[in-house]
Amino acid sequence: MCKDCGCSIEHGQHSHDHHHHDHHANPQLNDKKTIEVIAKILDANDKEANHNREHFEEHGVLAINLMSSPGSGKTTLLEATIDTKEIKLGVIEGDLETNQDADRIIAKGAPAHQISTGQACHLDAFMVHDGLHHLPIDGLDVVFIENVGNLVCPASYDVGAHLNIVLLSVPEGDDKPAKYPVMFRSADLLLITKCDLLPYFDFSVEKATKEARKLNPKVDIIEIDSKSGKGIDKWISYLKMKKSLR
Amino acid sequence: MHEFSIVSSLLEMCEKNAKQNDAKKITKVEVKIGKLSGVEPHLLKTAFETFKEKTICDGAEFVMHIQDLVIRCNTCNSESTLEKNEFCCPTCKGNDVSVIDGEEMYLMRLEME
Repeated sequence: MCKDCGCSIEHGQHSHDHHHHDHHANPQLNDKKTIEVIAKILDANDKEANHNREHFEEHGVLAINLMSSPGSGKTTLLEATIDTKEIKLGVIEGDLETNQDADRIIAKGAPAHQISTGQACHLDAFMVHDGLHHLPIDGLDVVFIENVGNLVCPASYDVGAHLNIVLLSVPEGDDKPAKYPVMFRSADLLLITKCDLLPYFDFSVEKATKEARKLNPKVDIIEIDSKSGKGIDKWISYLKMKKSLR
Repeated sequence: MHEFSIVSSLLEMCEKNAKQNDAKKITKVEVKIGKLSGVEPHLLKTAFETFKEKTICDGAEFVMHIQDLVIRCNTCNSESTLEKNEFCCPTCKGNDVSVIDGEEMYLMRLEME
């Protein structure tokens, strides 16, 4: 994947902003000194994320960061998407343990690579980069980065995707956008999943929509049910439209 | 609980800056934490106090500035600080707004010797 950036050698070496202080070293500080830094704490991650995005762009692939609580239907949605045969997709799976999700995708006939994060509650751009080395992306339309199920931590990390898509399943409740503002604010598209369960839960699509748009007035929303196929046509059109713009 | 990951990125930045300035140790670290950066300030402080030991920041004071959410309205051009997580302009009620501050985490200043 990485032709000349040397990224397989060592992490965090992509920025090429090497400082050449060695040649004219200052004498060691004798007094206190205060320096203004003013840099993002996640600067190294953000640079790596941009590097990942460049790779996707080189291959003409749309990259999507899929985020939600555990159990809201990310993998099931991907299985249903593969079944339509409309989109050629590959998946980088993030979970604390097991290869179960990657195995499910592979069983459907699409390439997938599992990242086991151990105790880490999110994927970062470096982990995704490692994953990309194991996923052949030539000829794919879309690479999904299925993040660790968690409505908090993944929202703070740019992994190098073009779009953030957040799932909210009906059984979770319509109060989740207001409770997890950073996550829902980051969404370009909100998928309200397991919609066939609406008659059995006190979930108001209207309320969820209103709360999500308070956080991000531009967020797109699709109601979907991966099992019955409701909304899948809209979802496929969305993916095709977004892919056509890359 | 990604505060440890954030602290380890922060400690790496501190090491790098200390090296560039030929400092032996860092005595004070000042950060700016946006209210909507997704990190819990007191957990971040605890993580920093725990993981700074035996690094260049051992013994360093940790100062956090909590940054409110500041937006600029693209319709009426006014700047406002938001009290609630509702991204609309308090002046003209328009919702075409850009966030200027309050969503990021910054390392602002280092004191070293």
